[in-house]
Amino acid sequence: MTMIFGIPLQAFFGQLLIGLINGSFYALLSLGLAVIFGLLRVINFAHGAQYMLGAFVAMLMLQYFGINYWFALLLAPLVVGLFGAIVERLLLSRLYKLDHLYGLLFTFGLALTIEGTFRYLYGSSGQPYAPPPQLTGATNLGFMFLPNYRGWVVVVSLVVCIGTWLLIEKTKLGAYLRAATENATLVQAFGVNVPLLLTLTYGIGAALAAFAGVLAAPVYQVSPLMGSNIIIVVFAVVVVGGMGSIMGAILTGYMLGIAEGLTKVFYPEASNIVIFVIMAIVLLIRPAGLFGRDA
Amino acid sequence: MAQPLLQVSNLNAWYGESHILHGVDMTVGEGETITILGRNGVGKTTTLRTIMGILRERKGEIRFGGKDMLSVPLHKTAHAGLGFVPEERGIFSTLTVEENLMLPPVVAGGGMSLDEIYALFPNLQERRTSPGTKLSGGEQQMLAIARILRTGVKLLILDEPTEGLAPVIVQRIGEVLKTLKARGMTVLMVEQNFRFASKVADRFYLMDHGRMVADFPVGELPQRMDMLHKVLGV
Amino acid sequence: MSDAIQTTATVRTERSATASKTYMAFLAIGILLLAIAPFFFYPIFLMKLLCFALFACAFNLLLGYTGLLSFGHAAFFGGAAYFTAHVVKEWGFPPEIGILVGAAGAAGLGLIMGFFAIRRQGIYFAMITLALSQMFFFFCLQAKFTHGEDGIQSVPRGHLFGFIDLADTTNMYYFVLAVFLIGMVVIWRFINSPFGMILKSIRENEQRAISLGYSVARYKLGAFVMSAALAGLAGGTKALVFQFATLTDVGWQMSGEVILMTLLGGIGTLIGPVFGAGLVVALQNYLATSQFPVTIITGVVFMVCVLLFRRGIIGEFYASRLGRKLGFEHRR
Repeated sequence: MTMIFGIPLQAFFGQLLIGLINGSFYALLSLGLAVIFGLLRVINFAHGAQYMLGAFVAMLMLQYFGINYWFALLLAPLVVGLFGAIVERLLLSRLYKLDHLYGLLFTFGLALTIEGTFRYLYGSSGQPYAPPPQLTGATNLGFMFLPNYRGWVVVVSLVVCIGTWLLIEKTKLGAYLRAATENATLVQAFGVNVPLLLTLTYGIGAALAAFAGVLAAPVYQVSPLMGSNIIIVVFAVVVVGGMGSIMGAILTGYMLGIAEGLTKVFYPEASNIVIFVIMAIVLLIRPAGLFGRDA
Repeated sequence: MAQPLLQVSNLNAWYGESHILHGVDMTVGEGETITILGRNGVGKTTTLRTIMGILRERKGEIRFGGKDMLSVPLHKTAHAGLGFVPEERGIFSTLTVEENLMLPPVVAGGGMSLDEIYALFPNLQERRTSPGTKLSGGEQQMLAIARILRTGVKLLILDEPTEGLAPVIVQRIGEVLKTLKARGMTVLMVEQNFRFASKVADRFYLMDHGRMVADFPVGELPQRMDMLHKVLGV
Repeated sequence: MSDAIQTTATVRTERSATASKTYMAFLAIGILLLAIAPFFFYPIFLMKLLCFALFACAFNLLLGYTGLLSFGHAAFFGGAAYFTAHVVKEWGFPPEIGILVGAAGAAGLGLIMGFFAIRRQGIYFAMITLALSQMFFFFCLQAKFTHGEDGIQSVPRGHLFGFIDLADTTNMYYFVLAVFLIGMVVIWRFINSPFGMILKSIRENEQRAISLGYSVARYKLGAFVMSAALAGLAGGTKALVFQFATLTDVGWQMSGEVILMTLLGGIGTLIGPVFGAGLVVALQNYLATSQFPVTIITGVVFMVCVLLFRRGIIGEFYASRLGRKLGFEHRR
């Protein structure tokens, strides 16, 4: 058997893949957090809950309406995004003039409420969600077997991350968003409906989280707790990356996912704390984060 | 005289607890170029920001083309025909020059086309892909004015357009304002550079302690100099 | 600078003489009520309440008086519970020393966490403390001495000073009450000390405090360690009351709960968190018998507080007509 650093090659690539999968979700989620934070100056604690909602909506759509994975991948983000937009318009928008910490506390309450409701309705244990039939099985890459669905996750998350980046960097809507992040009042004085832009941004952020949730449903199990488990790690990712840059959020997500996967190979006991350790180190060396511009 | 384009009556405004404007009265006729003079801190910038609707704690009357502006939300002010160039210029660093230029939505016909703007400001065309804040101060000021010209607004509100700029740039801005005047643009500005203002303005308002204390056309400037010296403290 | 989180901290220092008298009267009545409470209420419930009240007040020391929102205070509360439980059960330490070890351990944790967290401000500070406390949670999950999912069970309460048997519920209650009161006096002294005054000035305007030459980072770290130690005092005591220490007390949900207690009672008021803790603990007790999950209520109360009720119960009282009549000036 081929070995690498004293580890079987198969196991090495297996963990690398798991790291890449986790990294895909970290990237998607920290991207959404960064977009929302950039404009709204709110750390969306409910991001994990919205991720969980995405997975649940997909599962419930299948159970009750027989809506398959592909439609769920479109519909669940739409539903959750709409829900997010309504919450922003009715409640969250009242907090912008206050200390930013109130936004964090409000979305924390929202997260608890959503998570509690789903625990009440569906229990704490996870439920399986089968990958679509087109993506079952595995492909032999020569050095390892790649389960097709996992390959799809990596590819589609990359596409969505890059797509979102292009949307923000290259389109008119993105220009409004960037400008409003710098000086919302002036953009509004130019005649852009900034309140609507804020609602839209929060909705898109929530939809991105839900998209990640649907994507995650066949990989992990669908459970009310899946969101709170991941969101704290994503917070650490965001601290490492610094929220100033969208691309920074994406890259940091993938990097830390891979770092986590590799730790699992070499020192499994530390795998669930390695991201926090990296965060601490980055705080020592570069407190503003790797890509941070804001102090 | 026909109905003025902008009519401000008994305008009061507050920054939190502090009362800044104490009953501002002024009119701006269509096609006029008006300059507000006054010492620092008398409320000149506040007047502009209040008319624009950025400062929302306000009472009194603002009519633009006969329409009440007090109830108009900030993002609809531009659509009513008001364009704003802030003192700090407000060029966005994460946007390229051209993105900055194209940012404000076109609110009415009659604005300049991109080609016309580039003809008027050739520098901007050369640097259109650089980040907005990489431009020099003068170029940034040109950009800040240029992007409003695209939108087709009727009234251009300028806050200290020549502040901190080299004489040659100031002269250039003066030429731009004259071009605009020829096209029928109405301009309301705050300006400390008295020489510059006297070359472009049709009429002056003198402001002190949050209200207008004098109003005179450019022709009366010589006989008003004593009073100006007293109020401006120059 | 964004406007600071809404507090009523100014209240205490600007209280008039009448308010001082009113305050003293309320204080005396409060202590009296606590002293006779075990004759009317279930003592375990009261002890739980006192532990959480002290925990919330310790947390408020940081949020209300320094303006730092820690999302990781469970690490100090739960960590101290583990330390106390371990030294009392495995090493046979007497209870009073056990609790002090817990508080000292929490202070040590606070020093480490604070060292990293104070490098950033505001929202980042909250996220960093949350992440670090989650790291501590995973440590507790895997470390040998915490016994993972089982926790440390059947911790003996032992004999206070070698002769007061704390297995007796009444003795235990008055011991907990004493710890609570000592903790409160420490907090009161702390916020009224020159150190506390500087913390308030940092909260009001950090830039100005820096320009006045204060080493803001050191003061923040001091407040963080102090708050952690007091949270540890509460956590260690709780471990003796319930005779166990488990993962629940180090989880992020616990950090959320203490924020809620403080928010509900009144950020930046000395006794607000006591009321907040009382309400939350009572609510949990009430819902414990029903099927309805506490999380939903907690979440909704959180949102309502943030949207409508940012001053909290005591803050609203100080600002109310009655509160003002009694001399509690509310200045904003």
